[in-house]
Amino acid sequence: MWSFSNIANNLHDWLSTTFNPTWTLIIEMVIAGIAVIGLFAALGLVLVIMERKVSAWMQIRVGPNRVGPKGMLQSLADTLKLLVKEGLTPNGADKLLFNVAPFIAMIVAMLLLAPIAFAKDFQLWDLNIGVLYVSAVSSIMVISILMAGWSSNNKYSLMGAMRSGAQIVSYELSAGLSILAIVVLTGSLRVSDIINSQADGWWIFKGHIPVIIAFVIFIIAVTAETNRAPFDLAEAESELTAGFHTEYSGMKFALFFLAEYVNIFVVCGIGATLFLGGWQPLHFGTGTQFNHIMDYIPSSLWFIGKTFFLIFVIMWFRWTFPRLRIDQLLNLEWKYLLPISMFNLLLVTLMAIMKWHF
Amino acid sequence: MVEEIGTTTEGDLIINVGPQHPATHGVLHLVITLNGETIKKVEPHLGFIHRSIEKMCESLTYRQFIYVTSRMDYLSAHINNHACALCVEKGLQIEIPARAQAIRVLMDELTRIASHELWWGAMAMDLGAFTPFFHAFRERETINDIMEETCGARLTMNYIVPGGVMQELHPDFQKRVKEFIVLYKRKIHEYDEMVTGNIIFQNRMKNVGYLSAEDAVSYGCTGPTARGSGVSCDIRKLYPYEVYDKVEFDEILETAGDSFARYMVRIREMQQSIRIIEQLIDNIPDGDFQAKTKAVLKLPKGEFYSRVETARGELGVYIVSEGGTTPYRIKFRSPGFSNLSALDHMARGGKLGDLIAMMGTLDLVIPDIDR
Repeated sequence: MWSFSNIANNLHDWLSTTFNPTWTLIIEMVIAGIAVIGLFAALGLVLVIMERKVSAWMQIRVGPNRVGPKGMLQSLADTLKLLVKEGLTPNGADKLLFNVAPFIAMIVAMLLLAPIAFAKDFQLWDLNIGVLYVSAVSSIMVISILMAGWSSNNKYSLMGAMRSGAQIVSYELSAGLSILAIVVLTGSLRVSDIINSQADGWWIFKGHIPVIIAFVIFIIAVTAETNRAPFDLAEAESELTAGFHTEYSGMKFALFFLAEYVNIFVVCGIGATLFLGGWQPLHFGTGTQFNHIMDYIPSSLWFIGKTFFLIFVIMWFRWTFPRLRIDQLLNLEWKYLLPISMFNLLLVTLMAIMKWHF
Repeated sequence: MVEEIGTTTEGDLIINVGPQHPATHGVLHLVITLNGETIKKVEPHLGFIHRSIEKMCESLTYRQFIYVTSRMDYLSAHINNHACALCVEKGLQIEIPARAQAIRVLMDELTRIASHELWWGAMAMDLGAFTPFFHAFRERETINDIMEETCGARLTMNYIVPGGVMQELHPDFQKRVKEFIVLYKRKIHEYDEMVTGNIIFQNRMKNVGYLSAEDAVSYGCTGPTARGSGVSCDIRKLYPYEVYDKVEFDEILETAGDSFARYMVRIREMQQSIRIIEQLIDNIPDGDFQAKTKAVLKLPKGEFYSRVETARGELGVYIVSEGGTTPYRIKFRSPGFSNLSALDHMARGGKLGDLIAMMGTLDLVIPDIDR
């Protein structure tokens, strides 16, 4: 059957027979690098147009409809426009930090794409601490935001960055604890192990209520971690104009913008992997007709479908809810989400020990 | 820049919100002294859109100056015109035909709903929710279309003139207004589902921006701002003009005095406006739409004052006449100016995000404040 893993294997076989092992590795790394850069750009463009269409749909509008069929090329045109725009550096800005910050954001977003399994056996890097890697690397994002806010020499930027720092550091705890719930059930941090453990059913179905609680907390926490509404205090436009990227223009702004969207994709992909079975098709029981039909849908479609469903949910939040205040935001994390997720982790551990899950 | 105020000390963070800022709804400049996220002091700087409307009015005749006042509080242009027309009529002692009175009240209430709709959308946008803005504009467009048919304009109507209204209602007026009432009643539940009942929204609005009844009176607050603090100040009830004493409606009072109370006053006021329109729309008396007046109006020597309830509060018009064709001196008591003065008192000790919400609940229209 046609799948990404076949393409990758055939390519690897062909390279191995044509070149010696060192060159094969180098060429494969170059291809992977180009693929990540291409994926970064493509995801950014697709998600931007998706966000604009979703918001238009919720706001009784049409949305972009001039560039390309149904306006689908609008974000490409916007990116081209941003590419040729002047990237201003404000007076009194710390030039080095100011110019480096957007690239750190971009690099973090690209690094995060590594351990995600896009389809069956199609993964850039299946390292043994994949889940830990994601939560570790995604927290580097806060450094780029702090750098951008501090170096801009702008009070709005500084306040946005400080808010973002407090927010991301806090919400990482609940995101990490809810990820741990699945790690406890699976007994492995490796992404492929976690997906394989869901072959007979996704964790959200197998894990009873504690896993559902963990899933909800995970979605809330990653919404906050990616600075999305209702937790978009770092760039609260009615209070801080544009928050940490107020002073950015041109492609440097676009990098922040694209990195934000790729981050959303990554966290939703992780959510889909941990709770919704990654690329595993929807199965009920064993060997039923239903399962056979589901198997015909390619694994990449399963993953993309689940991820984009979660992305849609996060966009839905953004266009529905008002923004929280900074003290309410921290209260929610430290007084509610963190104790709940800790207690929940205990429940999950008990469940894993007693083998109560399906 | 603000050393003379005792609460600013060395090392405080002073940020300028405005005159170009997404949350000021116009060209208002706020100098905010912050301690971290907590507000120590708010100092509004006015005058960015001052067009000296009062001085302009003094060189225009009593028929002409009313058109300038549409540009004051552009969201309640009808009501501004109404206040001026009432003042001139008081001086001339003209009796207004019953039909004109009913039309004026209908137009005022439609304007009030349109103004509150826009406020509701902008208020939600200040709190970071974009979608309500578009939903509010969906209903507001209908009102603007009704206005356009009858008055020929959508924003600065200039429809109410001394002696009555400028022209006859459009034949479709009653039908369109009834359609609007049906539409409004069908959609109003969305407002509560999307914003009023939202837990985040309620947490943001409740117990912030507290304004006690005494403070509301001493700052001269009027309209929904004061009624949110429990001060009964509806001019339509206390000093009824036109047919307001003949229609049934309630003066909305909330006693909590916080941002949510001011929000609820406006939401419930829209329903009262619908109630007034429902009573009047089928009972517009027949007759002239304008009283017979002289071509050139001359007010007798003396001082004249009239007041009306706009969407934002009490609008007073004070005319001093020397007996000529133009006013000798004219002064508008605009509601926004007094309401804005309470902002500093409300905001102290709150968070920066709350300040934006408080500004939203004051429903500021900057051309009304600066004139």
